[in-house]
Amino acid sequence: MIELVVFAVAGAACLAGAVGVVASSNPVHAALSLVGTLFGIAVLFVAQDANFLAAVQVIVYAGAIVVLFLFVIMLLGVDRVDNLRVEPLGGGQRVTAAVVALGVLGLVLATLASTGWEATGAVGEVDEAVPDINQLGEALFTRYVYAFEITSLLLVIAVVGAVLLARRVRREEEIVDPGQAERQAEVTERIARAEARAGGDGAGNGEQPASVDTTSFGASDDFVTAQRGLGSAEGAEGLPEAEGERS
Amino acid sequence: MIGAIEVTPAWYLVLGAALFSIGTFGLLIRRNPLVMFMCIELMLNAVTLTFVTFSRMVRDTGGQSIVVFVLVVAAAEVVVGLAIIVALLRKRPGATADDVAILEG
Repeated sequence: MIELVVFAVAGAACLAGAVGVVASSNPVHAALSLVGTLFGIAVLFVAQDANFLAAVQVIVYAGAIVVLFLFVIMLLGVDRVDNLRVEPLGGGQRVTAAVVALGVLGLVLATLASTGWEATGAVGEVDEAVPDINQLGEALFTRYVYAFEITSLLLVIAVVGAVLLARRVRREEEIVDPGQAERQAEVTERIARAEARAGGDGAGNGEQPASVDTTSFGASDDFVTAQRGLGSAEGAEGLPEAEGERS
Repeated sequence: MIGAIEVTPAWYLVLGAALFSIGTFGLLIRRNPLVMFMCIELMLNAVTLTFVTFSRMVRDTGGQSIVVFVLVVAAAEVVVGLAIIVALLRKRPGATADDVAILEG
């Protein structure tokens, strides 16, 4: 009875999550649906006395892998909504995909039914009294020890490959100072403004552009102090403006 | 009446087959590379569920051991695959599975 309830709830969570992954137009929703499926499968593992695998399933899959998915989605900002109404290839691609999926399902079910829903082959001896993690550890470090060692190699290769693939290759000519163009334009504009001002004052004052410059700077300094005096009354708002005027 | 129904391993196998075919369907119809990857994870999980079920049916730890290896391979696959997707989407934001060829060369 209790196993039936567990199977029904966990199986429904699995199927609903799977449908959610396929049918969600938003990748973030798809990733969260995937968590539902993975959690349901972890519950089914517990129902089949695979407690250690259930814990690993939750930690590795729901914990690490889905977080990695969400991290990539958020990092790249691709959490846009896909338009699912448009068939990508047209020409009945979805119908073909449905036929293929149902064919796979029918093939697996037919194969299982042909054996009478029984697993055939060598029947190992599992001692019900020994916890599953002990038996799993013993199997991994005796019978499957070479395969276990090779998986560590696989992980190292995967890490190296990931670093190599995701690294941004910079060439010399590609190194551009961000904001350099804006700064250059601002400097050019300020020089032009100063020249125009110096030219206008120089016309009235005669042949002394240097002294004209200092007087104009002095005038702007006075303006800044006046602004500061006002700003102390106004609070913090006046100050950045004054700083901006001076710089 | 409901209490008389017993959950046999066959139920788990059918559930695994259903999950696998849903994953296949999603892999075939979706074009977002990230969602296609999630569908592959779905298929892998259906297979691990089937392995655990067989492990219980034949009373052997071999099925559970292979699930550990599937987990490791899935983790490695996700790391490399997401690196490829990052490289792809960095080159062209909003790239689909059809645009993988832009990584050539």
